Amino acid sequence: MRELASEAITQAVARMCVQANTRLPEDVKSCIRQARRAEDGAVAQEILDRIIENFSIGGDTPICQDTGMACVFLEIGQEVHISGDLAQAVNEGVRLGYTEGYLRKSVVRDPLDRVNTGDNTPAMLYIDLVPGDQVKITVAPKGFGSENMSRIAMLKPSDGLAGVKRFILETVELAGPNPCPPIVVGVGVGGTFDKCALLAKRALLRDMGVPSDNPFYADLERELLEQINASGIGPQGFGGRTTALAVHIETLPTHIAGLPCAVNINCHVARHVTEVL
Amino acid sequence: MAKHITAPLTKEAAAQLRAGESVLLSGTVYTARDAAHKRFCELVAAGKPLPFPIEGSVIYYVGPSPARPGQPIGSAGPTTSYRMDAYAPTLLDLGELGMIGKGKRGPAVIEAMKRNGAVYFGAIGGAGALLSRCVKSAELVCYEDLGAEAVRRLVVQDLPLTVVIDSQGGNLYETGRAAYLAQRDCV
Repeated sequence: MRELASEAITQAVARMCVQANTRLPEDVKSCIRQARRAEDGAVAQEILDRIIENFSIGGDTPICQDTGMACVFLEIGQEVHISGDLAQAVNEGVRLGYTEGYLRKSVVRDPLDRVNTGDNTPAMLYIDLVPGDQVKITVAPKGFGSENMSRIAMLKPSDGLAGVKRFILETVELAGPNPCPPIVVGVGVGGTFDKCALLAKRALLRDMGVPSDNPFYADLERELLEQINASGIGPQGFGGRTTALAVHIETLPTHIAGLPCAVNINCHVARHVTEVL
Repeated sequence: MAKHITAPLTKEAAAQLRAGESVLLSGTVYTARDAAHKRFCELVAAGKPLPFPIEGSVIYYVGPSPARPGQPIGSAGPTTSYRMDAYAPTLLDLGELGMIGKGKRGPAVIEAMKRNGAVYFGAIGGAGALLSRCVKSAELVCYEDLGAEAVRRLVVQDLPLTVVIDSQGGNLYETGRAAYLAQRDCV
């Protein structure tokens, strides 16, 4: 069994928090540039130019001031033994990254008493056990302007494909200018209430614009993206073609009585960074 | 060509702005988000003075990331405005003339804007690094315990904004989308 010190996880999480918030991944940049080329609205072109200018600055100022809740996804190989307290190691990484990286502390200790924890902890931690002897860490800081526009519905089986499409399009329409369009639309279909929401969040981790490997859902992603971009909402909601950069759909088997559907919206500052230890 | 405007605003200057116009704002603005707005309204309800001059003021809905040594501020883009809708009419009725944020406003806010001749500006959401360059200085006014949500006095220069809702209720979220669709469909 491979031994891994939890300190290595702390260091990785700390540097990934800073990197994610100051450097936009290439897949996202290229998607935005492609959208700019396809944009036919004059106001929209100008907004997209400013967005490109913003992520091209490349200094140590965060791309967006909402440096998010630190969503940390761990895929832990079954052949690895991690010494020390894992959750504590991740939280220490978040604390270090957000403090030393001058990132915003956006977490309150209780949803109702709303006292800031002062170091952006705790992380939202998602752990999967997988075969192998490696640890794959993905840090995806999530801003709440877009998180707040996300929705879940327990649809009926009779609602079918049409009901799923309607719910996704309605969610984008209700969000309008609020989540900083152009947006990324993460969709979960199936599973249980909780797993469905998680699917939608995981859909946001996929490299932007990479279609589902299921041809049916790849077609559906393309169709929905076209419909969303025909809505006219546009960058920042000022009108234009580029309302969304991508639609990503993930699915799970579900119960005979249910058709859960979740939509997790992300903004154009779609941050995600992965390292393997 | 963007119009140059100055904060604090005057009723006359605000009245001339129209939804869809690009402006470059220079002068003094105050930062406040959810938690600070709640405290402002508690002060007003208790008959106490606000911690900054409200007459003609422009409030920027922003919670900046921390400033690095030698810099006035960190990343400083707008937060979503509807969360301040519960508080905005109270401040507008006291003389606030400008709000900077992003996203939709409710009918009560728009009514209060029309009643008082105020303007709602949009800054580009997610462009906090770029916008931070327009901030020349930042000074803590109050509520340090709120961290990023504390009230700060910012001196800004040529902050690029778009008039989203004007003092007559003109709304770019409605007209901009309609104009784009009309342009697209007539090609």
